[in-house]
Amino acid sequence: MSEFIQYTLQGLAAGGFYALSALGLAVIFGVLGVVNFSHGACYMLGAVLSAVLLAELNVGFWAALIIVPVLMFGFGVLMERLLVRWLLELDPLYNFLLTFGLTLVIVEAVKQRYGVSGLPYQVPAGLGGQVSVGSVNLSVYAIFACLFSVVVCVAVGLLLTKTRIGMIVRAATEAPDRTRALGINVGLWVTPVFGFGIALAGLAGVLAAPTRAITAEMGSNFIIILFAVVVIGGLGSILGAVVAGFLVGLVEAYGIAYAPTYAQIVIFVLMALVVLVRPSGLFGREEVA
Amino acid sequence: MRSRTVQGTVAIAATASLALAACGGAGGPQSGGSSKLTDDKVVIGLLNDQSGVYKDLSGPNSKVAIEMAIADYKAKYGDKAVAKDIEVVTADHQNKADIANSKAQEMYDRQKADIILDVPNSAAALAVATQAKNKKKLYINIGAGTTALTGASCNKYTFHWAYNTAVLARGTAGTITKEGGTSWNIVYPDYAFGQDMNKSFSAEVTKNGGTVGQSIASPFPSDNFATFITKAGEGSPKVIGSMHAGGDLINFVKQFNQSSLKGKVQLAVGLMFITDIHSLGVDQFAGTQFTDAWYWNFDAQNKKWADQFKEKTNTRPSFAHAANYSAAMNYLEAVQEAGTDDADTIVGKLEGKKINDVFLRNGEIRKADHAVIHDVYLAKVKSSAPEEWDYEDIEKTIPAAEAYGAANPACSMS
Repeated sequence: MSEFIQYTLQGLAAGGFYALSALGLAVIFGVLGVVNFSHGACYMLGAVLSAVLLAELNVGFWAALIIVPVLMFGFGVLMERLLVRWLLELDPLYNFLLTFGLTLVIVEAVKQRYGVSGLPYQVPAGLGGQVSVGSVNLSVYAIFACLFSVVVCVAVGLLLTKTRIGMIVRAATEAPDRTRALGINVGLWVTPVFGFGIALAGLAGVLAAPTRAITAEMGSNFIIILFAVVVIGGLGSILGAVVAGFLVGLVEAYGIAYAPTYAQIVIFVLMALVVLVRPSGLFGREEVA
Repeated sequence: MRSRTVQGTVAIAATASLALAACGGAGGPQSGGSSKLTDDKVVIGLLNDQSGVYKDLSGPNSKVAIEMAIADYKAKYGDKAVAKDIEVVTADHQNKADIANSKAQEMYDRQKADIILDVPNSAAALAVATQAKNKKKLYINIGAGTTALTGASCNKYTFHWAYNTAVLARGTAGTITKEGGTSWNIVYPDYAFGQDMNKSFSAEVTKNGGTVGQSIASPFPSDNFATFITKAGEGSPKVIGSMHAGGDLINFVKQFNQSSLKGKVQLAVGLMFITDIHSLGVDQFAGTQFTDAWYWNFDAQNKKWADQFKEKTNTRPSFAHAANYSAAMNYLEAVQEAGTDDADTIVGKLEGKKINDVFLRNGEIRKADHAVIHDVYLAKVKSSAPEEWDYEDIEKTIPAAEAYGAANPACSMS
């Protein structure tokens, strides 16, 4: 029984991190209808930036949690103003291909500058060690990462549903003409939302840095799991991304525990089942389907 | 309508990313007087990973090592050098066997390469061995670990210079088990290299009186190992063996260090390169034991060569760099001795040759299976680095015969 509890807790810890990582993808898709394939590369940039800040400017983990998302927000704004915006009116495939191309450029640029072996990063002081109850153990950092992720997810959810800014953003994207008629500059709101989504990817990267290999390729495989998370949760649904993040974390942990060879396949079996039963995902809006 | 297209796009995105992942997944390394040389010159082909996970391990800096060998050869023989015109051609196989295969063909046929060097990644390495056999041209593998190169896939023109998975198992699993680490659990990545390593390590642990409780396959690649580590801790083993390489290994070690097993269970690593330690930081790997084919700061001779290498590259050499130097040098020496770059003649000169150089100690090019046997080292990662790249304490020299065992009976040269 204690083993089962152990695996459940590990699944939940991983799930919280998946939820945060998928959140930016869900926000950008939900608000702009852009499938941002470069999300994995931006996640990687977040991790690489924290390692570089530490190595070259001696900026630690806590400061990186704020500085890196700010930098990534700027990067997202540039991306949107210079590239993504021009393709918004066209078939979504165009932006998908654009962001796919950007991914290749970003990954190769990081390889050129920082090599392929990866960069070092330690667990921040105060978050090392484990918490043990009986025979059940969890690392302090995993607990922190999970709680931090949940807090960020809830805050973003509240921001988009309960505040005036969220209301304007949603109105601007769902009925741009009518919103404009009310005297709101719609174009002004698209850019920061995109930047915000990219900042969330960067934030997930900072959170990953102490516990994962920081390499140019770290986002390439991770993005696959994130796509599974947003498809299961329902495209563009923030609640969906959070619930699906935990679901995928749990399914993966049980998979590893009881059928390790199939641990990653089970995630995609789950995705296939969800899409069969509910094509728009668990929390997707029906009209999207 | 627009939203319907969007749904389709996401489906395409998810499928495309899966397909990309499937494509990307795979991973594990020898001419005279103008008339006697084919094309009047000697062409050395360097075929390796110049952009992916093994780029830092060998990659473009292996070309520097080969050029150092050429310079040393020319300095040594001067006007008497049989090979006056020596060219190095390079290609990136991107860790894909099909690309390695076509690049090797291109090197042998169009670029007139007399020899191909390096080729990390076992699948790519075996593809090139087949080309060497068919074209009757020389091939010295350095970066790959598979024992098939000197086993079922061995051939007259293929030599294996630096290490193989059986050597790693004898060095690491054998030594740790003998020293009292008798109960093991092994986690290995689920592809050819990982399966091979798991088999070699399990056999070696058992042979030395130890037991392997469980061998757990992990998907490749993977970045969440927390649950695998918990599972590997079940049954309280004395040693957990990680058979991962590259980014997977770094993920595994980082997450192991954060688990409750750290300090209670010994971590043994199957395949580790100095570039991995450099990447993760020496303190994260501190105390980890592994088998190394060569270490730059082992003695004065190695250090001197490493200093020359550093002048040109601003970094310290991995064993693969030193092995590329050694292989290129010995090939050129064979050409000098034979007075020709004819492949069959060179094979005759190389077979059975005993070598002591900067890379090979008590080395011998074994005639039976073309394994280039030499002393290897059991290394332990230092707890702090006195200088950058100075990460290893060499605990023990494992004599060539012990490390390599008997010639592989699966090999028949014909």
